[in-house]
Amino acid sequence: MSTTIAAPAFVNRHSFIELDARARAQSLMDPGSWRELVGPFDRIESPWLPLQGIAPQSDDGCVVLKGTIAAAPSVVIALEGGFQAGSMGEVSGAKMTAALDLATQDSQKGKKTTAVLLLETGGVRLQEANLGLAAIAEVMASMLVLREHAPIITVIAGTVGCFGGLALAAGLSSYIVMTREARLGMNGPEVIEQESGIEEFDASDRGLIWAINGGEQRVAMGVADELVLDDAQEIAAAVQSYVKAGLPQVHRSQQVELYRRRIAALDTSGQIDPLTLRQSWNNKSREEGKR
Amino acid sequence: MSGQVGLRGKVWFQALTGRDCPLEGDPGSVLTADATLGNETARFLCVVPNPAARFPCARRGEVGLEESYTLAMRVREAIEQDANGTKRPLIAIVDIKSQAYGRREETVAIFLATATAADAYASARMKGHPVIALVVGQAISGGFLTHGYQANRILAFDGSDVVIHAMHKEAAARITLRSVADLDRLGHQIAPMSYDIHDFARLGLLHELLHIADPDKPSPATVAQVQKSLMEAVADARAGSKDLSHRLTSEGAREMRKAGLAARALMEEQWHHD
Amino acid sequence: MELLEFDYPSAVRHVTRKAHVGVVGSGDMEVLMEPAEKEGAHVSIRTSVNGFGASWKAVLDRFFARYDGAVRIHINDAGATPGSVMLRLEQAVEVIER
Repeated sequence: MSTTIAAPAFVNRHSFIELDARARAQSLMDPGSWRELVGPFDRIESPWLPLQGIAPQSDDGCVVLKGTIAAAPSVVIALEGGFQAGSMGEVSGAKMTAALDLATQDSQKGKKTTAVLLLETGGVRLQEANLGLAAIAEVMASMLVLREHAPIITVIAGTVGCFGGLALAAGLSSYIVMTREARLGMNGPEVIEQESGIEEFDASDRGLIWAINGGEQRVAMGVADELVLDDAQEIAAAVQSYVKAGLPQVHRSQQVELYRRRIAALDTSGQIDPLTLRQSWNNKSREEGKR
Repeated sequence: MSGQVGLRGKVWFQALTGRDCPLEGDPGSVLTADATLGNETARFLCVVPNPAARFPCARRGEVGLEESYTLAMRVREAIEQDANGTKRPLIAIVDIKSQAYGRREETVAIFLATATAADAYASARMKGHPVIALVVGQAISGGFLTHGYQANRILAFDGSDVVIHAMHKEAAARITLRSVADLDRLGHQIAPMSYDIHDFARLGLLHELLHIADPDKPSPATVAQVQKSLMEAVADARAGSKDLSHRLTSEGAREMRKAGLAARALMEEQWHHD
Repeated sequence: MELLEFDYPSAVRHVTRKAHVGVVGSGDMEVLMEPAEKEGAHVSIRTSVNGFGASWKAVLDRFFARYDGAVRIHINDAGATPGSVMLRLEQAVEVIER
């Protein structure tokens, strides 16, 4: 008789974080249901990077897959964290906006199309500055139109996380799925340390960074929806469940009074302990029946 | 040249509305007023410095938590009040340092606060309110995404101290490991990186560049000039679409955003392929 | 920034698939490999690191000594080492010849 030693679950995991944007996007779609749009072989690259001696990428760091998730029409738009830290330029922004607009067009014609955004990004690509910033404003505008018809699911897995102007895009989403490794915040720790001093934020304090911006904290305080393991199958399952759930009753970014009151109630005389928000904020969301 | 960021914003808020203090209950950093513009009432909104702000990192004209939620509230109030009638114009007077860079802000999710304000402005636009951004000084990064960049039309003063950009020059220099002089040089060569408002105007995002003789102490004639431009922008917005497609069809876009437009066109072609 | 081009006219075997591998991260590169329009292989390289033309040629010479597919290759490079270059090319071939 042989004894089999069961491998611990984590050994059988397929890390999502280790996948590049394309593989991540593919792993979320129903197998065989998808095709890539404006992909590498179309070679629509940044016209601005070569002018500065920076090698462009054939897809400008944005992958768009059209297909189905849980048999429902979906488009996955993934930013490549390995290229220019996933930052948004003219072309990657145009691809994201166009895909959102086309999903909206289909939805308006009766073919509801969900968008899934894989936001691994530091925000605006500084080498394209104003075109990157304008692109983010346009992404946000297009999200808000699609959001009237179909949900937008944002996945932030790490290691780059979601920072900068695209953190506003995350904030506009219908649902946010995060891993423990992921971080979500408007300003990265280095920028805060730089702008407001090391007393305000010591960017070398990793514990502090995750305590504030990490996936576990964001979910626990109710500003993100689900904490998932870094496993491609589990993340796909989470995304499928939100695709099936459809539009939420109300979006977080519409809940002005709730959050305005919460901010007004804060004691700002010192720093705010993130752990206390897990009590005071998340419980209240449930009470008020918002999600 | 305006000393501190945000003071020119306050000057123009006062010039256009006759008021200079926040509505009852609002923080000192957000000025809101309904005032006459032409033959209708418009709601003017402005973020200004508030040394007494509860959040220490939002005292010098930054768009922080209180600013974001107050803007969202006042914009949604206008939407609600006009639900069954004429959609009043919303005029965002923009002279902001940036978003607020602080630990408190990150802890209590400023990303959501700013998204909420942008959502409100965009929702107003989508419901038919003409939303106009009047950039009188600085419009930087997340601050501008929150207050102004969802507008139907963007107007800016023509001046060396009027800057629309993704990051302040000094910070950008540090992060990209270049000198400020390098960045200036790069900006001449690469229009989207430029700090010069004339280069921004070339990108096709601006409705009008206003030549203002006395931006910090406007005469009645100057104020009338700006009001005229605002009214024209309002009319133009009403005549156009409620989305931001206008930004992609401008001459500047056709000239400076060719790759983006090509990506869009190809995406549309390939999308319908099945 | 340099744009380098190389031709390998003796690589004439017809291929049908295309392959894309890699990410243009620091010290890395992407390879786009597809059937060439005519006989022979053509390689274009856009690299942010100047002055390594001879090094690129050496790697490609070694590669085409073993590979005879009539492919059009484009590389966007941000400083990959010769070893990494060869690895990426081989990964692309694996996809094409699967």
